Amino acid sequence: MGTTQILFWFLSVLAILSAIMVVVSKNPVHSVLWLIIVFFAISGHYILLNAQFLAIVNLIVYAGAIMVLFLFVIMLMNLNADAEPQKNKWLKIAGVIAGGALLLVFVAALKNADLKNQIAEVNSGDIGLIHNLGIALFNDYVIPFEISSVLFLSAMVGAVVIGKKD
Amino acid sequence: MPINYYIFLAVALFCIGVAGVLTRRNAIIIFMCVELMLNAVNLLLVAFSKMHHLALAKVDPNAGINGQIFVFFIMVVAAAEVSVGLAIIVMMYRNTHSIDVNFLNRLKH
Repeated sequence: MGTTQILFWFLSVLAILSAIMVVVSKNPVHSVLWLIIVFFAISGHYILLNAQFLAIVNLIVYAGAIMVLFLFVIMLMNLNADAEPQKNKWLKIAGVIAGGALLLVFVAALKNADLKNQIAEVNSGDIGLIHNLGIALFNDYVIPFEISSVLFLSAMVGAVVIGKKD
Repeated sequence: MPINYYIFLAVALFCIGVAGVLTRRNAIIIFMCVELMLNAVNLLLVAFSKMHHLALAKVDPNAGINGQIFVFFIMVVAAAEVSVGLAIIVMMYRNTHSIDVNFLNRLKH
């Protein structure tokens, strides 16, 4: 097993265990911290796939900005494990069974798919580098890029209007 | 790596997110599980972009770059969505002093 395989399995196990911990943690702050670990693991996968720009953007935007926003809101509301609303036991079991059934359907549908010779290229390829992505973004996708700036402006106005104390 | 592994990893992360949305009542945790699902899809898109890059690299050296640009735009939309969603949760907390999503039942009256 090469280094790439070892890193792949390590990051996969880390991502799945941390994702489970996000769901089962009683304390919302712990959930946020576990979710940051999931994002780091996914960024590690991006680096393995040589998508370095997306790895850095994932860290800066998700682990940096969005998770700090979540943490800020949780601390603003002073939430802790005691104030945590609990569903009753049967609803929780039903939710887990529903999620597991969805997983079962996906796995059953995909396990016989003829993908044996389809390989995701790791450690090589240069489409994930910032040079190529930037050229594609500003040539072919310049209209969606500008539209996303309008989206951000409207989201900012919306957040201010909703959050304003009237 | 075979593409199967990435598919099953992304499916597992997505289903954990679905189970989290169904089992928790804290609005912020539900929101975080939605982010988890978005990230599972992003991982799958990047893996598929590298898969097609390998198959088509001879013809077009930039094959598969669209998948990574889509991931970039998904991140953009997710950032906008989080800012508005957290504003809504803060407003809900200010009005009900709780972040239990069951309080939103009263919207139907």
